[in-house]
Amino acid sequence: MSDHLTQNFFELFGLPERFQVDGEQLDRAYREIQAAVHPDRFVNAPEAERRVSMQRATHVNDGYRTLRNPVRRAAYLLRRHGVDPQFETDTAMPAAFLVEQMEWREAIEEASGSADARELDHLSARLAGELKRMYAEIGRQIDERGDFPGAAETVRKLMFLEKLGMEIGDAMEALED
Amino acid sequence: MALLQISEPGESTAPHQHRLAVGIDLGTTNSLVATVRNGVAVVLNDHEGHPLLPSVVCYSRGRVQVGCPAQAEQACDPKNTIVSVKRFMGRGIRDVAHIENCPYDFVDAPGMLKIRTTAGTKSPVEVSAEILKALRLRAEQALIGNSGMELVGAVVTVPAYFDDAQRQATKDAARLAGLNVLRLLNEPTAAAIAYGLDNAAEGVYAIYDLGGGTFDISILRLSRGVFEVMATNGNAALGGDDFDHRLYCWVVEKAGLSLLSPEDTSVLLIQAREAKELLSAHAETRITATLSTGQFIDLTVRQQEFWEMTRNLVAKTLAPTRKALRDAGLAVDEVKGVVMVGGATRMPHVQQAVGELFRQVPLNNLDPDKVVALGAAMQANVLAGNRPSGDEWLLLDVIPLSLGIETMGGLVEKILPRNSTIPVARAQEFTTFKDGQTAMSMHVVQGDRDLVADCRSLARFELRGIPPMAAGAARIRVTFQVDADGLLAVSAREASSGVESSVTVKPSYGLTDDQITQMLKDSYEHARDDVHARALREQQVEAERMIEASESALREDADLLCAEEIETIRAELATLRRLAAATDHRAIKQQVERVNRVTGPFATRRMDRSVKRALTGRNVASIGP
Repeated sequence: MSDHLTQNFFELFGLPERFQVDGEQLDRAYREIQAAVHPDRFVNAPEAERRVSMQRATHVNDGYRTLRNPVRRAAYLLRRHGVDPQFETDTAMPAAFLVEQMEWREAIEEASGSADARELDHLSARLAGELKRMYAEIGRQIDERGDFPGAAETVRKLMFLEKLGMEIGDAMEALED
Repeated sequence: MALLQISEPGESTAPHQHRLAVGIDLGTTNSLVATVRNGVAVVLNDHEGHPLLPSVVCYSRGRVQVGCPAQAEQACDPKNTIVSVKRFMGRGIRDVAHIENCPYDFVDAPGMLKIRTTAGTKSPVEVSAEILKALRLRAEQALIGNSGMELVGAVVTVPAYFDDAQRQATKDAARLAGLNVLRLLNEPTAAAIAYGLDNAAEGVYAIYDLGGGTFDISILRLSRGVFEVMATNGNAALGGDDFDHRLYCWVVEKAGLSLLSPEDTSVLLIQAREAKELLSAHAETRITATLSTGQFIDLTVRQQEFWEMTRNLVAKTLAPTRKALRDAGLAVDEVKGVVMVGGATRMPHVQQAVGELFRQVPLNNLDPDKVVALGAAMQANVLAGNRPSGDEWLLLDVIPLSLGIETMGGLVEKILPRNSTIPVARAQEFTTFKDGQTAMSMHVVQGDRDLVADCRSLARFELRGIPPMAAGAARIRVTFQVDADGLLAVSAREASSGVESSVTVKPSYGLTDDQITQMLKDSYEHARDDVHARALREQQVEAERMIEASESALREDADLLCAEEIETIRAELATLRRLAAATDHRAIKQQVERVNRVTGPFATRRMDRSVKRALTGRNVASIGP
């Protein structure tokens, strides 16, 4: 009897172990499993079953959160292949990329400094396009070429871009208040 | 003469028994209780046909009055008439805005304030328990009568933006009122259930819930059989009461009043509330009152003036609304409908502001006072097991505020971010910063700011017995677990040396089980038999539930066990059955725990099987053991 708590998240949701996942299939599997294990189904059950239900539902939520988000999903896959993405320690990034980052930051600061909501919207849309391009790149690196160190670098870049996304959001929020 | 029941062939004479369960909306201004009868959710009225129970408790003349009779005392005995007690749940004196306008004699106590009344010092938990008890009695009279049935439990609603302290206080109040809490349910989620089921709604909906003292905004995705909260935000100290207060301040200023007595303050606040309600439908209204000084107040307030003076209160609801949309990753035009909940949404300028933000007319086709109680009743009905399997719905809710721990420099290390779907758990490792350090103090906080000082302190505890090691060598793993009620448990463990030390904390305001038992005993006024009878009945119910559930599990999944395991379980169940027929509640409790232990592995295997079934579309034949 396999223990679902030790099962990997792809097996848990019945998905192939790849970076490119079918979001709808993941959503469907998540809901179906949660419908079977959620504590709301065990309100009248004995203590032992209630406890197991909470553990399972917690685990399923953890798995869904991991696979639903591209950065977390990629990091999870990398670790399973023995590659530490080194998010915290390895901050050496290519110079060209860092220059690009500075340009993004300046653009955001300028737009928020001049309270230009339209420009922030525009930056946000441009960033979304950039993120999409990187997801495709990670997909090729992991699923097609098995280039895990290369994927780790793309994931690190992706984290920079996600941070930019948050900054744009904060700037938009500051304009609204 | 005995009447014989004759059933149709093939039909059981004892159909699945309907379990009585209720939904309770414990509101700042009014509270309600509802249930599902013949498949339809209905609010239960009092003797006089009123659905709303004013959330007012009066302690005077040696008795406790709740609801309308208590409300009648508000103007003449304001010090002992507690209104809007929800604002004080899980709160200290410093946390409550405009506390100087409250006529009460407050006592600061660790974690939660108390109120001195003629009937003694009362905590907000005890006051709320009086309201809940009145609703429990109303439900029992309406549903049980002489049928001999029991209320299996209640779903009690809380504002989505309530923090852990406020949730725990609400649960404690319900237990103190003698209610078995099936679940704490977020108010906007309850409203979404009622709205979604009544309208067969699909897609993304926003629930804008402005009650008497709290504001919530929740964004939900509704799809067949699933209510998924994508983000929630709000303000646990903003509601209709604040609009009353603004108008009251206006009256005080216009009439040039100062140093009002508590009685006069009460009178003017009541007048302000009535004027606010009238201004929802009239262009202007008069406020008149005679004060204890003999001064006569007669003012006319125009709708436009009222809107102007409360404009920034409305704006204070829009900022959290935008934040929730952003957290959900949604643009305004992706929201299919905005459901308005709470009495304060009747104000036209609130409707207008929400309509402008979402660029659509808000949905008002349900009673904003009742919808939360109705949704809670529907959820209680599901949790009690009254709907056939496969015909239930799944509710996926979130935590409203991040949970974290204090680190060096008064900063917060977030462990669980806001809007995490519950139940959820996460662990984080910490280490010692001094050589030979054997203890470590932990400070658990809730909030989304970076500084501990800007967050709510939930609990402090100390982990002792860490083996002396060099600084940085200890590995202390702190685990946060939030259950389906949104309540937090924290445990910590030092793991590097193999020496384990663990502690589970309940937030500091929380009452221990012993305290609750003591309060229950006090409320029975030393009627020992009652307390014993109640404890025995509780254990017997638990035993029956366990026997029933275990036998049904054995019928369905005995193949997951070897013969020896089956025999052990059966033997323990037989013992439990024997003990449950006697009167020793402690022995029953011990045996229930024994059965729990021996059935633990069985429960795990059954859960694994149901997960497999869920994934393979109930194709049981294809599942191997």
